[in-house]
Amino acid sequence: MWSFSQIANEIHEWLSKTFNPTWTLIIEMVLAGVAVIGLFAVLGLILVIMERKVSAWIQIRLGPNRVGPKGLMQSMADTVKLMVKEGLTPTGADRIMFNVAPIIAMIVAMLLLAPIAFARNFQLWDLNIGVLYVSCVSSLMVISVLMAGWSSNNKYSLLGAMRSGAQIVSYELSAGLSILTIIVFVGDLQVSKIIASQETGWWIFKGHIPAIIAFITFLIAVTAETNRAPFDLAEAESELTAGFHTEYSGMKFALFFLAEYVNVFIVCAIGATLFLGGWMPFHIGNWTDFNHVMDYIPSSVWFFGKTFFLIFVIMWFRWTFPRLRIDQLLNLEWKYLLPISMINLLIATLMAIMGWHF
Amino acid sequence: MKHTVDKETTLLNESQAPFAGSGEVPYDRYGDTSAGIALGDGDFQINFGPQHPATHGVLHLVITLNGETIKKVEPHLGYIHRSIEKMCESLTYRQFIYVTSRMDYLSAHINNHACALAVEKGLQVEVPARAQVIRVLMDELTRIASHELWWGAMAMDLGAFTPFFHAFRERESINDIMEETCGARLTMNYMVPGGVMHDLHPNFQKRVKEFLQLYKRKIHEYDELVTGNVIFQNRMKGVGYLSAEDAIAYGVSGPSARGSGVSSDIRKLYPYEIYDKLEFDEVLEIAGDSFARYMVRINEMHQSIRIIEQLIDNIPEGDFQAKTKNVLKLPKGDFYTRVETARGELGVYIVSEGGNTPYRIKFRSPGFSNLSVLDHMARGSKIGDLVAMMGTLDLVIPDIDR
Amino acid sequence: MTNEELKIKLTELQPAATFQEGGEWVTINVEVADWLAFAGQLRQEEALFFDYLFCLTCVDWKTHLTMVYHFSSTKYRHNMVVKIKLDRNKPEVETVSHIWRTAEFHEREVYEMFGVNFLNHPDLRLLILPDGWEGKNPLRKDFDDPVNMIKL
Repeated sequence: MWSFSQIANEIHEWLSKTFNPTWTLIIEMVLAGVAVIGLFAVLGLILVIMERKVSAWIQIRLGPNRVGPKGLMQSMADTVKLMVKEGLTPTGADRIMFNVAPIIAMIVAMLLLAPIAFARNFQLWDLNIGVLYVSCVSSLMVISVLMAGWSSNNKYSLLGAMRSGAQIVSYELSAGLSILTIIVFVGDLQVSKIIASQETGWWIFKGHIPAIIAFITFLIAVTAETNRAPFDLAEAESELTAGFHTEYSGMKFALFFLAEYVNVFIVCAIGATLFLGGWMPFHIGNWTDFNHVMDYIPSSVWFFGKTFFLIFVIMWFRWTFPRLRIDQLLNLEWKYLLPISMINLLIATLMAIMGWHF
Repeated sequence: MKHTVDKETTLLNESQAPFAGSGEVPYDRYGDTSAGIALGDGDFQINFGPQHPATHGVLHLVITLNGETIKKVEPHLGYIHRSIEKMCESLTYRQFIYVTSRMDYLSAHINNHACALAVEKGLQVEVPARAQVIRVLMDELTRIASHELWWGAMAMDLGAFTPFFHAFRERESINDIMEETCGARLTMNYMVPGGVMHDLHPNFQKRVKEFLQLYKRKIHEYDELVTGNVIFQNRMKGVGYLSAEDAIAYGVSGPSARGSGVSSDIRKLYPYEIYDKLEFDEVLEIAGDSFARYMVRINEMHQSIRIIEQLIDNIPEGDFQAKTKNVLKLPKGDFYTRVETARGELGVYIVSEGGNTPYRIKFRSPGFSNLSVLDHMARGSKIGDLVAMMGTLDLVIPDIDR
Repeated sequence: MTNEELKIKLTELQPAATFQEGGEWVTINVEVADWLAFAGQLRQEEALFFDYLFCLTCVDWKTHLTMVYHFSSTKYRHNMVVKIKLDRNKPEVETVSHIWRTAEFHEREVYEMFGVNFLNHPDLRLLILPDGWEGKNPLRKDFDDPVNMIKL
């Protein structure tokens, strides 16, 4: 069957035949790098057009419909526009920090793509602490936001950055705890093993109520972590005009914008991996025939289907809910989500020890 | 929360106080120090506007903040001031009405109505019954359209984009009705002294009935999308509290005052046209917070629908305009009319010297007084609350600046 | 209270004041010197209870200025008008912003548009006009702006 892993293997075999092992490794690394950058750009384009179409659908209008067939080339046109725009640096800004901040945002987003399994046997780096790596690196995002806000020398930016700092640091906790719930069930941090453990069913079904609670907590927490509505206080445009990226323009702004969307993709991919089985098709226990039918759908379709479903849910949040206030936002985390996820983790641990899950 | 009669005996004459834009710290009238507050530790000022997404126009607020907490809000007006009052002094009584559409552009009909009433009061003209009914119908349609725009814009201030489009769906059909009869969608210029400019379009009744049906089918979406939302209620309840005493002392009128339990509907208290013969309720809420003001406006839309339903099948036949002279001359004296616009009480004060132009005209606009209470309301709340308060005060900047 | 009753009551408070006939509301002319005390009475006198100042403006009569205050009572629903004649060259009147808070903004508007100096006003600065307009009063009849004003 045609699949990503097959293509990757063929490329690898052809390179091994043509070059010596060192060169093969170097060329493969370059290819992987190009693939990540390409994926980064393509994801940004797709997610932007998707967001605009979803919002248009929710808001009873058509959305972009002029550039290309059904307006699908709109985000390409936007990219070109952003690239030719002047990237201003305000006079009072800290020049180095101001210019480095969007690059950090992009690097963080790119690093996060490494341990994600896009299809069966198709993963850049299956390191043994995969999930831990993701939660560590994703928390670096706040640094770029703080840098941008501080160096802009703008009070709106600073307010936005401080809000974002408080918010990301807080919500990291419940995101981490809900991830831990699944790790407790699996007993491993490696992404491939987490997916393999869902051979007999996805964790959201196998883990009973704790897994469902963890899934909901995770969704809320990652929405907050990626600064999206209803938690978009860092860039609350009706209060802070544009928050931390008020002073950014042109490509520097575009990098923040892209990084936001790629982050959304990554957190949804992690959510899909942990709770919905990643690329694993929909399997039910030992219904072997049923499982076999499900296997005919390629694993990449499963992965992207689940991920884009979660992305759609997050977009749905954004276009439906009003924004929270900063104190309500922190109350929600510290008074509700954190205790709930701690108790939930305790129950999950008990279940894992007793072997109550499927 | 009460200071209807303040004991500020040691007030200073601050006519030479520096303008905040000059870099000096503005004078604080409630502070302990007499010459102005020095910014405390961690305090800073930001310019909220004149170009800002939440001010819906060119309102400029200088906000003193401590972190996220508001210490003082100081409005700086005039970015869209056209001095309509001065312009009207050189326009005749037929002409000046059209300028007033540009004040509160969301209730242009009602502004025109107020001016027409003032001129009629001076001329002692009896308006035909048909014209009165048409005027009231148009007023109420305008009120619904205005409240719908407010609803969408306020939800957008709170971060929800979708309601704006849903509100515009219904508002568009009102605009279409207006366009058909008046020839314009925003600045209608339909009311003239003595009646209305021309008769209703033949389609009017049919279109209004279609609108009523559409509206009834869709109105529940408003509550499902916004009113019942937990986040929305948390953002609104207990925010921007305004007591009844303060509302009266600050001259707040319209739905903003009725949210505090102040009965202030001019249509009920000092009825004009045929409002005394109609059945409708004055919507009152007593909580005094942003949510109360929100509910007042939502329920006012229902009341307006009620009025339209009573009238739409009972438009009397007859003239749509009273016979008036070509050149209108008001007798010497003062004429004051009050009407209820979508935002509150609009007063038109005409001083006549007997000529064909007003000697002096004053528009008591609801927005101006409603804005003055913002500083009092906002102190001590978060900057996110400020947009909720501004949203529920329903500020229209050309109405404030005139 | 009807207009007649109001007149009787107001005459008790201000024997020197004159009433202007015509118009739907009682219109009383008050001296500048009496204004502050009279304003306090209007607000606090239980039978009057004029707690709602709904319009505050000024009229330039070329020879003098007239301050016009429109009052309403939210308790009794009666209305009245107070007029105060001011010297055009040195217009000064006591503020009422401590009695009716809404007067603060309206008085600032009158201050910049007519140049009326409100004594003891807490924050008498330009509200609508930008810097540099102190002393120029656009709504006075003799104000002239050859660039922006078009004579019809």
